[in-house]
Amino acid sequence: MIEDLLRERGWLLADGATGTNLFDRGLTSGEAPELWNTDRPDEIRRLHQSFVDAGADIILTNSFGGTSRRLRLHDAHTRVHELNKVAATLARDVADRSGRKILVGGSVGPTGDLFAPLGELTEAIAVEVFAEQIAGLKDGGADVIWIETMSAIEEMRAAGAAATLLGMAYTVTASFDTAGSTMMGISPASMATSTLAFTPPPHGVGCNCGVGASDLVCSVLAITEAQPDALVIAKANCGVPRVKGDSVVYTGTPELMAEYARLARDAGARIIGGCCGTSPAHLAAMRDALDRHTPRARPDIAQVIAALGPLVSPPSTAISTRRPNRRRSS
Amino acid sequence: MSDAEINLAELDDAELVAQMHDDLYDGLKEEIEEGVRILLGRGWTPYRTLTEALVEGMRIVGEDFRDGILFVPEVLLSANAMKAGMAILRPLLVETGAPKIGKMVVGTVKGDIHDIGKNLVGMMLEGAGFEVVDLGVNTSVERFLAAIDEHKPEILGMSALLTTTMPYMKVVIQALKDKGIRDDLVVLVGGAPLNEEFAMSVGADAYCRDAAVAVETAQSFMKRRSNQAGLDAPKPA
Repeated sequence: MIEDLLRERGWLLADGATGTNLFDRGLTSGEAPELWNTDRPDEIRRLHQSFVDAGADIILTNSFGGTSRRLRLHDAHTRVHELNKVAATLARDVADRSGRKILVGGSVGPTGDLFAPLGELTEAIAVEVFAEQIAGLKDGGADVIWIETMSAIEEMRAAGAAATLLGMAYTVTASFDTAGSTMMGISPASMATSTLAFTPPPHGVGCNCGVGASDLVCSVLAITEAQPDALVIAKANCGVPRVKGDSVVYTGTPELMAEYARLARDAGARIIGGCCGTSPAHLAAMRDALDRHTPRARPDIAQVIAALGPLVSPPSTAISTRRPNRRRSS
Repeated sequence: MSDAEINLAELDDAELVAQMHDDLYDGLKEEIEEGVRILLGRGWTPYRTLTEALVEGMRIVGEDFRDGILFVPEVLLSANAMKAGMAILRPLLVETGAPKIGKMVVGTVKGDIHDIGKNLVGMMLEGAGFEVVDLGVNTSVERFLAAIDEHKPEILGMSALLTTTMPYMKVVIQALKDKGIRDDLVVLVGGAPLNEEFAMSVGADAYCRDAAVAVETAQSFMKRRSNQAGLDAPKPA
């Protein structure tokens, strides 16, 4: 169904941040945003509505930390199905009342646990954990499962398998926050190639969160170069986090995010949105920029940096000074 | 790739230590345990074994992690190998009265369960001679305060990986101020989404971008503290 919408326009606007915008509405740090689905449903509806009003074609449910592994921190691990179902219902409701076609992406974030052999989690258990969450999102009316901010291939595969198990289409985006790769060392090109080889493959692949918008557009360039036919998703943070009072604010202006959206489009992304710090005002500027945009040539990294600022965590060109281990003689 | 046979016991001290650095880099746990035992058997003190073989090896790992050559999986395997070596050395270090430079309470803040960086910092600080009290993940302000009360550390270290949990550091620092104990402690903060400016704005003493920097920072604060102890000067702010 993403594909149907894309055929009409060629690109889609995804929404902005959930967590940071809920902070602006009174969520305090350490609290689980997912609990607001039942405690403050009107705030969640209003947030979705504000993104719809700003022109979003895709809105994501307030369920990023909605697995039992994450909800356990807040003693809410027995409420996985309920909280995810309500999350999807709230978004579905706003989408259906909008008078236009809006997709509901069921947000699925990482468990926060490491996979064996580095940690305890196995793929089989992870599939169960994700399936429990995705069942709730499905029952609440999500159109597509939106797997995001991932770092480990095993976790992307497990979440994708769980979506498939429940008969849901899915997309996957990763956070390339460490020297141009995920913290587990997966490069954008390798992430896209690996995930597109899943059976069935995701409907879209790409990047979200990470560090700066410049870094994210460079990740998009790497993905579209490696997988020119893929549907590529870009959801960048709105600048760099800064603290103001008790909340985190982001440095990106609507103008910067508008230029980010244009560059992401020129780099080949077809679903473009914002991550942490992206307010409805930023999103409206992005919508306006994309509506008026005349496609330009594919940018290079220097052009991205000139427009959006320096890379926060550039790919490494360093070479280790250490000698190779003599045990590993070839 | 076939593994070459290397008999650690046949290497001289310098070669053995160099090989242990390589093995630590490659996360070879059993080889590290064997190397530690051989050095101890040759009469090395636990402290020298720790600093020259293990901490120095982890320093190289930390550098390549910082430089984007190694990523989390490799670093975790190295850390596991180091941990295995530490497990042999820890009881011996206590027995032999190895130098203790200070005490530190560390924890990942409430709402956050990411502990890779925090664990690495704890391990490196322990290797550098700090006594480390690790509160684990999802640490509430109450648990931080109770641990400070119980252990009387010189340094508090807080970690967060999420932009949604990092503001909690400010909550903890505010609680320290409210209790009138903020100036008794050096507060170090770290975690992927943090930066210097964030650390200053929440009222921490320093931002540590990686485990190596955390160790250097903790050491330099302890040095300044002992320099000033005799002068009754105010603590570094």
